[in-house]
Amino acid sequence: MFFSLDLLFEALMFGVLLGCFYAAVSIGLSVSFGLLDVPHVAHPAIMVFGSYCTYLLASYGWDPLVAGTVLMAPFFLLGMLVYRFYYETFEKRGTEAGVRGLAFFFGIAFIIEVGLILGFGVDQRTVNAPYIGESLRLGDYRIPHRMLVAFGVALVLTFVLTLYLSKTFTGRAIKAVAQDEPALRLMGANPVRIKQWAFGIATAASALAGAMLIIVGPVEPALDRLYIGRTFAIVVLAGLGSMTGTLAAGLILGIAESIVLMFFGASWAPAVAFGILLLVLGVRPQGLFGR
Amino acid sequence: MAALLQVKDVSKHFGGFTALAGVSIEIAQGERFGLIGPNGSGKTTLINCISGTLRNETGSIRFQSSEISRLPAYQRTRLGIARSFQVPRPFHAMTVLENLLVPFAYVAHRKERDAQGEAMEILRRMGLADKAQALSSQLSQVELRKLELARAMAARPRLLISDEAMAGLAGAEVDEVLKILFDLNASGITVIMIEHIMQAVMRFSQRVVCLDAGKIICEGTPTEIVANGDVQRAYLGA
Amino acid sequence: MKFWIPAAVLVLAAIGLALSPVNEYFFYASYIVLTFVVLATAWNILGGYAGYVNFGTAAFFGLGAYTATVLFKWLGAPLVVQIAVAAAVCGLLGFGVGLLTLRLRGIFFAIATVAVIFIMETLMINWRYVGGATGLQLLRPEVMAPFETYTRMLFAAMAAMAVGAVALARWVQVSWIGRGLRALRDSEEAAECAGVPTLKLKLFACTLSGALMGAAGAPMPMYLSFVEPVSSFNLTWSVNALAAAMIGGTVHWLGPVIGAVLLGTLQQVVTVTISNEVNVLVVGVLLVLFVVVAPEGVLGLIKRWLHYFR
Repeated sequence: MFFSLDLLFEALMFGVLLGCFYAAVSIGLSVSFGLLDVPHVAHPAIMVFGSYCTYLLASYGWDPLVAGTVLMAPFFLLGMLVYRFYYETFEKRGTEAGVRGLAFFFGIAFIIEVGLILGFGVDQRTVNAPYIGESLRLGDYRIPHRMLVAFGVALVLTFVLTLYLSKTFTGRAIKAVAQDEPALRLMGANPVRIKQWAFGIATAASALAGAMLIIVGPVEPALDRLYIGRTFAIVVLAGLGSMTGTLAAGLILGIAESIVLMFFGASWAPAVAFGILLLVLGVRPQGLFGR
Repeated sequence: MAALLQVKDVSKHFGGFTALAGVSIEIAQGERFGLIGPNGSGKTTLINCISGTLRNETGSIRFQSSEISRLPAYQRTRLGIARSFQVPRPFHAMTVLENLLVPFAYVAHRKERDAQGEAMEILRRMGLADKAQALSSQLSQVELRKLELARAMAARPRLLISDEAMAGLAGAEVDEVLKILFDLNASGITVIMIEHIMQAVMRFSQRVVCLDAGKIICEGTPTEIVANGDVQRAYLGA
Repeated sequence: MKFWIPAAVLVLAAIGLALSPVNEYFFYASYIVLTFVVLATAWNILGGYAGYVNFGTAAFFGLGAYTATVLFKWLGAPLVVQIAVAAAVCGLLGFGVGLLTLRLRGIFFAIATVAVIFIMETLMINWRYVGGATGLQLLRPEVMAPFETYTRMLFAAMAAMAVGAVALARWVQVSWIGRGLRALRDSEEAAECAGVPTLKLKLFACTLSGALMGAAGAPMPMYLSFVEPVSSFNLTWSVNALAAAMIGGTVHWLGPVIGAVLLGTLQQVVTVTISNEVNVLVVGVLLVLFVVVAPEGVLGLIKRWLHYFR
């Protein structure tokens, strides 16, 4: 490994694109865990499930991005159902049950993973699209089109969600329920319905994230394990519940991983996310913009 | 004789919100001390800082002439400060008796066999003896409050802080708990009582302090406090 | 005494079995089940008694396996030394992880334990001495008389370890330490105010738990004659330990034993009759089922039936 400004710049550029992608992938968790306090360790698994759904639709000729967008609707409903079940079984009964909720989602993540293995096998799957495989030339650098697509979608998703949470009535209610549930109840709103809605949105975002995942690279059923580290590192680094923080944290992770990848090799890159996670938890658990 | 508890210039912030802004109190050995104030005035935060559940950011807290503000909560309990919680926090997987065995084991360092007798004695004083084998889920509100106090008593404290032990209780139940606190004080324990039920505070306290928005706005005897204009404004918002 | 006599009988029975002409496959499969017993028992000390559910079993198990590997490759150390040093090293890791994260809420602690797994795995993947990503082949030493095969000896050793682990868990449970752990599980704040040094107790539980898991991992390289990062640090070890304890019941030391025996045996049957992947599906489904429907585990169900018939 030798250090050169050229390589560093390329790593930085790739890192920014990668970072935005990671941020988009983590936005769903920012809502479900950051705002709603649901111990949703199955979030990456649902996202990978979304990737495979995209793969299925793509095998019928669908464009993966279109597939991902269309999948948002059924995933929204799925999210609402999952939250309802979680709430009735665990959250209602207090903190003792909250710990079991964690085990519950852990079990769900494994069931999804094994289900995918049984359904699709352990081999990696990819999709095809006009923007996959081509690269944009910028001087000496080549930026893969698929990264630009992911970058674009990521920005749009983050922007839309941030806007939704701050400008619309339901969005603000979601933020309110995260901060002060009893007050919201007194205002006549039903916090459970709001949280259910929010969880649905988070799951819908996961569907789109899943589509992006398989656009950016091949997926395999065990991929969710790696993304547990990435998504939680980002959400914790951002500070629970901060959408803009998620983007910033995503960029930090993306750049860090890209630099490690460039100068130390692929065998060290997976540890970056987990390393950042431990660092943040040890030094500043409330993250950058935390409540 | 030095005060049992000296709180000096204690402050505590939560993010941008100031819960306590330079609070100073002195409590003498054997005193019955009342702490009142509207909701959100910082009473529980102050108690949390004294018991060690929270750390105060500025100021000092001295108990029996030694500084305790850097000590973790469990060490303060071992020194002789016990508290009950506003919302009762029983050890719900244990019976009422077993709840008391925890402080007996960790403060008095008693083996469980030896402690059982003493624990039953405390339960008898509280009127909980017949519920010794019950789980906390089987207790009524007033019984839960008594359990909180019983557990605090099992730590053999010199200072007992009762955090709204009577909240939500009705007439006779309030009298029950009040009698317990009077008896405890009679046996030599200094008691700080936080309450909203004014008639209880007035009957019990020798001295009262009123908090509002993290600051002390009045200090004096019960009659002085009730007559004070600031106190009336704080509660009625006039 | 009520505990020690059956325990001694079990150990003697295990040794007796290992010396008898039973099918070799029995020992091969039972070793895994016994490993589950140790892992589930160890997990339960922190996850069940103290209520700090965590996914970190794989980190300690894998580190135990690799510590044993290093000792064997570097010093030709005997199994007993491998196990002892692995326990010490993993106890240290447990202490360190605890120090770093036990101040945090439940889920952060759980996620931190996952982070430790992947960091350990990445470290081993990049360490040539232990074979890196491809792993290392290990030549088993001469088997100790009176055992016929190395697997039989490992079976007996793991049986002894299982009894030892359970004895330790039982001691923690009935002692004043157990009382304190239960108190902090129910309400950490109230426990502190009742004089319980919660951080110290949690660190103790974390250290002991980690040490036992490391001890369980140490004989694994000898068992497989092979060690490799992905399988050593596989998250499946974590889900199995957690599931076994939660399915069996977390309040009593019998729970993890029941859960591990049930789950382990079921998995062996499934692996042989259906496939290895369905194994993990079985664990996942049972975990979710029990957590939702029977949160007190098999022990809780037994208690309820006994009450019902009284």
